[in-house]
Amino acid sequence: MASNDSDPRASAAEEERIPAAIKILIAGGFGAGKTTMVGSVSEVAPLRTEEVMTEASLGVDDLSGVEAKGTTTVALDFGRITINDDLVLYMFGTPGQQRFWFMWEELALGALGAVVLADTRRLETCFPAVDFFERRGLPFVVAVNCFEGAHTYTAEEVRAALSIPEAIPVLLCDARSRASSKEVLLTLVRSVADRMAATA
Amino acid sequence: MSESNDAGLDADGIGSVVRPYILTEGRQRSDGVRLDMVSVVIAARAEVDEMALEPEQVRILELCRRAQSVAEVSAHLDIPVAVVKVLLGDLIGRGYVLARAPYTTESPVNRDVLQAVLDGIQRL
Repeated sequence: MASNDSDPRASAAEEERIPAAIKILIAGGFGAGKTTMVGSVSEVAPLRTEEVMTEASLGVDDLSGVEAKGTTTVALDFGRITINDDLVLYMFGTPGQQRFWFMWEELALGALGAVVLADTRRLETCFPAVDFFERRGLPFVVAVNCFEGAHTYTAEEVRAALSIPEAIPVLLCDARSRASSKEVLLTLVRSVADRMAATA
Repeated sequence: MSESNDAGLDADGIGSVVRPYILTEGRQRSDGVRLDMVSVVIAARAEVDEMALEPEQVRILELCRRAQSVAEVSAHLDIPVAVVKVLLGDLIGRGYVLARAPYTTESPVNRDVLQAVLDGIQRL
């Protein structure tokens, strides 16, 4: 399957016991429910990792410039779903603020697609993520997390407010619910499959 | 950017930067092997000469008896991803660890893989 994108140091035979990974990004503003969604579908409690970065290390895995001022530690929460012996899916909660764009580049590289988690109390916080994925041509869906007590909008109202083209799915969800979060992920993967079929 | 100095910087920012930098002996990137956050790594051999390795690398090898991603190694050992990549790159170069690259835009997933992902999510 992925035998031609392997590290040259692992032979094909050795590789067969190492699963390949796929990643999906869950982007959204602070408090939009990214980690909640990751946790509701992950087979393990969400894990947290830290990237130490500066603007100078834009998308590069080195530490040059770390000694300079402006070093930022960005925490990323992520979860995993074992698909089969050969395939693992990772979901990364991605900080939505524009100032974290420098790390989106690396995260988005090779990602299958993204979920933009919209918070109707602060809809504007998902503009940067929508812009970024549109520019990168990365498939995405917009999932409107329905918070208790917040005014409920229809998916179409959110689509209009964010100027989301018809081809991109917009759906309502409850990030706390496994069934609902599963539906969001399935919608994303189906839309990736549709895109693939359309370009084939 | 002036914004990079606010909320994202943790209180002990200095310590958490200096320590890993020493840990990788000042090297700035792993030679040869380009690891992604979701490159999957696994220990290549059972016997390990612990004296020849950094304590952190011994911990990495223990963890990697089971295949897992670079991000998971980072999370479990509480070492930043960039540092884990350097330590792993060294281990790979010395034949202690095998890595499998993730799917990328150069080698996109095919329809069988997508179907497997759909089935896997559905089974949750």
